[in-house]
Amino acid sequence: MSAEDAAAVAAAVADAHRREWAFVLAATVRVTRDLDDAEECAQEAFATALTDWRSTGIPARPGAWLTTAARRRALNVVRHRGVEHRNLPLLVEEDAVPGPEDLLDDGAAELPDDRLRLIVTCCHPALDRPAQVALTLRLMCGLSTADVARAFLVSEPTMAARITRAKKKIAVARIPYRVPPAAELPERIDAVLTVVHLLFTTGHTTPSGESLVRRDLVERSVELCRMLRRLLPGDPSVAGLLALLLLTDARRETRTGADGRLLLMAEQDRSRWDHAAIAEGAALVREALRTRPPGRYALQAAIAAVHAESPSWNDTDWREIAALYGLLGQLWPSPVVALNRAVAIGFACGADVGLAALDALTGEPQLAGYGYLPAARADFLRRLGRVGEARAAYAEALELTGNAVERDFLTARLQELGPGS
Amino acid sequence: MAQYLILIYEDESQYATASPEVMGEIMEAHNKFAADVETHGAKLLGGNALQSTGTATSIRGGSEVTDGPFVETKEVLGGYYLVDAPDLDAALAVGKLCPARFGGVEVRPIMTFE
Repeated sequence: MSAEDAAAVAAAVADAHRREWAFVLAATVRVTRDLDDAEECAQEAFATALTDWRSTGIPARPGAWLTTAARRRALNVVRHRGVEHRNLPLLVEEDAVPGPEDLLDDGAAELPDDRLRLIVTCCHPALDRPAQVALTLRLMCGLSTADVARAFLVSEPTMAARITRAKKKIAVARIPYRVPPAAELPERIDAVLTVVHLLFTTGHTTPSGESLVRRDLVERSVELCRMLRRLLPGDPSVAGLLALLLLTDARRETRTGADGRLLLMAEQDRSRWDHAAIAEGAALVREALRTRPPGRYALQAAIAAVHAESPSWNDTDWREIAALYGLLGQLWPSPVVALNRAVAIGFACGADVGLAALDALTGEPQLAGYGYLPAARADFLRRLGRVGEARAAYAEALELTGNAVERDFLTARLQELGPGS
Repeated sequence: MAQYLILIYEDESQYATASPEVMGEIMEAHNKFAADVETHGAKLLGGNALQSTGTATSIRGGSEVTDGPFVETKEVLGGYYLVDAPDLDAALAVGKLCPARFGGVEVRPIMTFE
């Protein structure tokens, strides 16, 4: 075998890991009824593929090959398992599904798609949000514990402990491995979408650190959302979130300049936005908005779509954006939405009107410590020529952000105002 | 099936000042709860209300006896139910039914030994 073959196989396995990991693992959990054992079997299947595929060639359906290999191992593990391992089986609801042995030798059409079970288990409301996020990255995306730890800027032992505790709770408290009944599904899917959105926002603007975007998190969250879209094609909340992620991420390449400086939307080169993503996102928004009342992700996506489809900053329909934020705030009241609405009103009706709307929010306790409020005030004050007050507001915003790129932006704005009197 | 303990934590001062009407409502709610548990595929195995923490005595290290509850908190353990439920989702559904108007409940799986 030539070195090229080895490289091609390695690339095919890496690709399959990215695309098929969750499918393989979810189908294996059904056999082992234990998350750790299933992870081990799935990892072994991918390791075996690295050598086997060099002699057999890359299979036409790598996912089916890997799933069958992982489940065969799982069956062995189950057969040779001691009694002590049977104490806490994960609860697999047998909804008229044949036993694991019936499934192994049939074609891939028989392989169960248990990814929805797996992700609702990862995001079960009995687990706290950090545990949900960690399990989702580890079990759905196949990230190593070290990578999950790095993504959330915690130490590897801390993340390992978090994941171990969550898995133990799933087993000991008997969190069932199943798709919840229809009555509970919207609430459970909402929790899943919250985790996916959190992954995206964490990647999109990292709370601290040197790079504005943590691309791997953004891409993983978009992939997860696409997977949910395939699993739940009729769900408007999934369509709304996918639209929001696509429309927001379409601007990714233009959010910083060549020198790494933060570029505001007004300064971004719109010809370099991802127009395929914008078209896909806009179509999804229209679909999601057909459901009344509209979901919160659909409304946020609609706002992103107004920006994405506007030919220039000056052509932005700020009244439409302010109206959409108004609707969002009526359905899901939030000081951050009120802040964004105030900014849109300022652009639609003048800096003085916007500033008045922002000043009405300064007593809001939830906005204390939120850097965008003083940054937005500073911008309107600057436009109104109130330099001293603008300087103070920029300084306040600087105090409140840990992201290096955002800090550079605020520092530059502060310097443009000239030295203080 | 697995067993779960539903621990009821409430602000007991509210009970001290509750009117007879409110106490009647609470008693009725607990009676209704006992009847409703089975609609979630679960079974009530037992349960008790506890006397107030003013009657509690704690013992530390096997010998040191003190007057009062083990931990001083605003919301205190005031009662419990032991239920048999197929999984955590069912146990949480039962927990949501459980009356606790002056606080809330904690759902804990019972440890089993082979």
